[in-house]
Amino acid sequence: MLEEVLLAGFGGQGILSAGMLLAQAGMAHGLHVAWIPSYGPEMRGGTANCGVTLSDRPISCPLVTEPTTLLAMNQPSLDKFAPKVKPGGLIIYNSSLARWDGELGLGRRLLGLDATAQAEAIGNVRVAVNVLVGAFIALTQIIPLERVKEALRVVLPPHRHHLIAANEKALEVGASLALAKVGEGIALR
Amino acid sequence: MPRVLMKGNEAFGEGAIRAGCRYFFGYPITPQSELPHYLARRLPEVGGVYLQAESEVAAINMVYGAAAAGARVMTSSSSPGISLMQEGISYLAGAELPCVIVNVMRGGPGLGNIAPAQSDYFQAVKGGGHGDYRLLCLAPSSVQEILDLMGLAFDLADKYRNPVMVLGDGILGQMMEPVELPPYSGELELPPKPWATTGTAGRGTRNIINSLYIEPEELEAVNLRLRAKYQRMEEEEKRWETYLLEEAELVLVAFGTMARVARAAVERLREEGIAAGLIRPITLYPFPDAPFHAAFSRARAFLVVEMNLGQMVEDVRLTVEGRCPVHFYGRTGGVVPTVAEVVNFAKEVWQKL
Repeated sequence: MLEEVLLAGFGGQGILSAGMLLAQAGMAHGLHVAWIPSYGPEMRGGTANCGVTLSDRPISCPLVTEPTTLLAMNQPSLDKFAPKVKPGGLIIYNSSLARWDGELGLGRRLLGLDATAQAEAIGNVRVAVNVLVGAFIALTQIIPLERVKEALRVVLPPHRHHLIAANEKALEVGASLALAKVGEGIALR
Repeated sequence: MPRVLMKGNEAFGEGAIRAGCRYFFGYPITPQSELPHYLARRLPEVGGVYLQAESEVAAINMVYGAAAAGARVMTSSSSPGISLMQEGISYLAGAELPCVIVNVMRGGPGLGNIAPAQSDYFQAVKGGGHGDYRLLCLAPSSVQEILDLMGLAFDLADKYRNPVMVLGDGILGQMMEPVELPPYSGELELPPKPWATTGTAGRGTRNIINSLYIEPEELEAVNLRLRAKYQRMEEEEKRWETYLLEEAELVLVAFGTMARVARAAVERLREEGIAAGLIRPITLYPFPDAPFHAAFSRARAFLVVEMNLGQMVEDVRLTVEGRCPVHFYGRTGGVVPTVAEVVNFAKEVWQKL
């Protein structure tokens, strides 16, 4: 089992922290993990991305150049990275801020979730990325959702622990929306 | 053993703390700034000193002073900053002062960029500063290995009274991986340094730290003594790792981050029925020749992969001595070769054999 996840979006959408959440949860679940951020000039505004590798074997290459899964929080990220996803891979994107009309091909599956709108309904737009993370967890079953929730306590600094409930809610909403969509034809791997 | 996620840059710092390093002098530069950031918090917790100098030139000379006084001391920077330190590094080597210098390499030459690179290999391994000197040079390729090699770096520096360079790159510095972090056990019992300038109390004679020898014959004798030391390093300190090297006909050679990419490439090549293997030098100086000698009986070609335009490949050619073709693939300027690129190039090499 090898998942190479690319998370991408605007700076400030919590992309790097969401990647750390996956890595922390994966490690707690006994997986081999690696997390690599983009640290270039894009950190100072524009797009941010990070790669997370989750594997049941030691990780040879921690760089994510052909992701098995893309979590895209905005249009530029979706446009840039969707064509790089492996054949048969999974693309979950924030349909509140991005759309994909064209053909993708190579058996890659697309799932749009209105993450920003869901986060606004939860009461904190900054937890939107975890709607996509929750969907990824539900569709791949790679880590139990409970482990991801537990990891929030490690990844979020203590002065942000009041946001744990909203983040947990976002994870749950993402998971249930994704599972509902599976009924509409998004096949599980 | 508790495992925690740690950033490479933080692992350099924590590894130093656990090795008994109590002094850090440096100046911030991307992509290594989390290292001084980490030590600025951590060193005061263990009674150490963190000092941000006014420049890299000042920092390396503060390292000289603390090392002369017998302290375990380090600095860190990234490529352009390491260039600024070269005069001081030569003086440290000439005065035989132990210290650890971390270079989290970025794209060059000049100001270059902040993306990962391995283009300071020559500078680290072949000199950089002036004079006939060598640095022991270590190249970790994972966050755990960063933690482990920092301890070794300080021990080797003391053992040989020589600066040790630890070469990372932007990826190793920025990435997070799980590390095993045993509970911190506090102060180490470090070997005494009777040569250090700690005052004459109880000793009577002055210790002098110096790299100036006016008489040529005297300086030549110093150089010969240094050479004997470097020869001892070559006999005792070569370190490496191999992967599927037994029965490998196409042998990839890579260090640091590139060794991770090359290892994944070897796995893919094996899946396609190509007998590939990997040699990963852990010490870049002294360069490990033994795994090459072990590979000669079966190897049909070597393929060196680097994030530069061909630097370590020269040491591979010196080691292979024409027994076998040595090929090279590299990207530079902060571009990292992908696994697919390395696999494709390796297949081209293989088909021509």
